Amino acid sequence: MKELVIEAVSNNLDTVLAFVDEQLEEMECPPKNQMQIELAVEEIFVNIANYAYLSETGDVTVRMETDTERQTVTITFIDRGVPYDPLSKEDPDVTLLSEQREIGGLGIFLVKKTMDDVRYSHQDGMNILTICTTFALQEGQN
Amino acid sequence: MTINQNKAGNMLTLAIEGRIDTQTAPELEKVLDGTLDGITELVFDFTGVSYISSAGLRVLLKTQKQMNKQGSMTVIHANEDIMEIFEVTGFTDILNIK
Repeated sequence: MKELVIEAVSNNLDTVLAFVDEQLEEMECPPKNQMQIELAVEEIFVNIANYAYLSETGDVTVRMETDTERQTVTITFIDRGVPYDPLSKEDPDVTLLSEQREIGGLGIFLVKKTMDDVRYSHQDGMNILTICTTFALQEGQN
Repeated sequence: MTINQNKAGNMLTLAIEGRIDTQTAPELEKVLDGTLDGITELVFDFTGVSYISSAGLRVLLKTQKQMNKQGSMTVIHANEDIMEIFEVTGFTDILNIK
């Protein structure tokens, strides 16, 4: 298990992605899964950077657990910002025509669609969002 | 991300290379804001696009809405992984993809 504690500002996205990628490359993650994980990490980190601390700034802990044998990656994001469950937000209607579609709101939806499991809890003043994906399972689904 | 612009009359082709993400999407939006006047045919060449996040999708949707009013917009040569993102978000139905 490895952890990165970093200020929740979107300019730190590259540092967060480098931290995640380093471990994905160690476990020889397939490029497609790597892209999906990067996508989920971007959407969640940017969401926290934009909304968690309102006008103040604060840290986010990115905790990454990998299981090379099972080809499983679990990443947990922990912040002490405003309590917010992104999973409670209604999914956008992706069947609407462009004129009816709202600009935005696709980030967390993409996370839900690309990861095998996404969980949120609020404990001891902390937002805890966990994403999990298994490479072999995803390959099997395709 | 790099953007190569090719304008021929009322047609504009933007060949994008790299990642369209939170950090690069504003740059694409800025280029579009300054170049779409009088354009009736807009083409995004995605041959070199390796990644797109919701920030990039947002710019594509905003641009599609604008082009609905003044002409056509097409996305060409998107790779398989990008196509999957377009599919899960329903963008395959709202964008003209070739």
